[in-house]
Amino acid sequence: MEPLIVLDRVTRIYRMGDVEVRALDDVSLSVEVGGFVAIMGASGSGKSTLMNLIGCLDRPTSGRYLLEGQEVSRLGRDALAEIRNRMLGFVFQSFNLLTRTSAVENVELPLIYAGVPAAERRRRAAEALRRVGLDGRLDHHPSQLSGGQQQRVAIARALVTQPRVILADEPTGNLDSRTSVEVMALLTDLNAAGLTVVLVTHEPDIAACAGRVVRMQDGRIHSDERRAAAAVGAAAPREARP
Amino acid sequence: MSLWETVRIAVRALSRNTLRSFLTALGIIIGVGAVIAMVAIGEGAKARVEEAFASMGTNLLVLMPGSSASRGVFGGSGSLPTLTWADLKAIQEEVTDVRQAAPYLRTTAQVVSEEQNWTTSVCGTTPEYFDIRSWPMSSGAAFTSSDVDTGAKVAVLGRTVVDKLYGPNADPVGQAVRIKNMPFQVVGVMVRKGQSPTGQDYDDAVLIPVSTYRAKIQGGLQNYIAGSVFVSAVSSDATARTERRVRALLRDRHHLSPEAEDDFQIRNLTEIASAQQEGTRTLTTLLASIAAVSLLVGGIGIMNIMLVSVTERTREIGVRMAVGAKPRHILAQFLVEALSLSVLGGFAGVGLGLLAANRLAAQFGWPMLMRADIILIALGFSGLVGVGFGLYPAHRASRLDPIEALRYE
Repeated sequence: MEPLIVLDRVTRIYRMGDVEVRALDDVSLSVEVGGFVAIMGASGSGKSTLMNLIGCLDRPTSGRYLLEGQEVSRLGRDALAEIRNRMLGFVFQSFNLLTRTSAVENVELPLIYAGVPAAERRRRAAEALRRVGLDGRLDHHPSQLSGGQQQRVAIARALVTQPRVILADEPTGNLDSRTSVEVMALLTDLNAAGLTVVLVTHEPDIAACAGRVVRMQDGRIHSDERRAAAAVGAAAPREARP
Repeated sequence: MSLWETVRIAVRALSRNTLRSFLTALGIIIGVGAVIAMVAIGEGAKARVEEAFASMGTNLLVLMPGSSASRGVFGGSGSLPTLTWADLKAIQEEVTDVRQAAPYLRTTAQVVSEEQNWTTSVCGTTPEYFDIRSWPMSSGAAFTSSDVDTGAKVAVLGRTVVDKLYGPNADPVGQAVRIKNMPFQVVGVMVRKGQSPTGQDYDDAVLIPVSTYRAKIQGGLQNYIAGSVFVSAVSSDATARTERRVRALLRDRHHLSPEAEDDFQIRNLTEIASAQQEGTRTLTTLLASIAAVSLLVGGIGIMNIMLVSVTERTREIGVRMAVGAKPRHILAQFLVEALSLSVLGGFAGVGLGLLAANRLAAQFGWPMLMRADIILIALGFSGLVGVGFGLYPAHRASRLDPIEALRYE
């Protein structure tokens, strides 16, 4: 299949005072359209840096990044903002919803910056919330929603612009195991519908949902396994049992 | 993203923290309110001064005889008559730019009506005087040149005198009044003019033809004028020039050597008026400047709160950037927030200022005058303060790194 994301010998160096930190060291990776990739690794292994680069929140020190064939590693802040808005959807560990703002308004947020008129914005946001199973809670504020529901609002926000890729950074990190399963089921469904998903996690049973697991160590790719995706949630633990 | 959208987001953000927004705007409210109130009262005072001077007459010069000096004791202005009737005639006929000139001789005397008596100023003058002082009649007519020629016993009364002798709203035209026990006929009543800038009541006076005055009230001094001369120039621009020409003429006629002092005085009321106006203007400027400083302090308050707000909402900024907000969207959002605070504060301040000026004016009997341009300037200035002090926090917000902003706790 054609690649959607191509990282070509990407290096990212941070400078902290006099010390250079090589967060990513000559990493090459490609993700095809409709792929589901889990990135694993210990903290400090470079997985967050990789995620930020793929998410166009950061730019590599050297190397190239092609997103849907377009070189984006040298674009300015405005152009990157536009690419994040049009092509990428973010899901964070801590949800990052705006407080004291209703679910539907949170979901509308990317559409405001896309310049979508108010009526259409409302319609599309309501539809995205229906897709994640929250159609009865349009006007609830984040404080009135459970953790799992908040993360589903965040997923709706990531979906609403019809992006090419969903980037999920430890999406279940703040959730209990039951709601984790719900959220992962949702992401798996979206992937099944053709959406590319890149996921950062350190939980093996969450990574097991993905068809491909990339392990990071010391800023390099340590391993890159492809396998048939397990059934959502219980797959890995079940295999472990006799 | 439209401007309207930005304003909507800003107002929502401000309304989430109503008390804080109100306290922040309070600096601007008080600043603008103070400017408005101070200018309103200052302008009112200025208008009152202008009115007072306008009521004295326009483009006016007053000539007074010099002072007597005998063995080192100065008798004060007018104590030595030096102006002659021939001087007056020369001023009327020889000085260009002089529109009119009239003698003004004054004494205090008792005037008696059928029921009442009243001691007031009795003045002898010519019909030109009413014109010089722009002082029309409320009823009847002023005495005429032929009254002056014949020495007619006719009188024009000021409103205060009418009130005292005949009662308020009375019209005594045609009736008789006794001045120093001589019967005079009332031919006119002058409109009320009010007080002079020094608080003297203009309306407490009786005016009679100068010839009658000299023959019947105060005999006096043949060739010399035992009083002053009122001169009006053709325009206010010509007043200073006229003053110089009259001075030169009189010095020439009195044969004064170049080093000798004037033996007369000329008071230029236009000059005094503009000096007074300058005084009130200075005061208004001073008060408004002090008020403007508080507006500046209000601006610093806005900057302070906006910086706090940017820090508090770092994560929000990160989220907005992650979902596609460009730096200029973030800049606009915080700038419009600061601007909304200051402009809403400005409107509230205008209301407060007008209210305060009104209350002060009512309480202390001060005049008050509100100028629309001052309101607009105050509003514009508060907007400028909002942009000026909102720019730095907004710029800081827009330069945040999205990764660090998202990670901010």
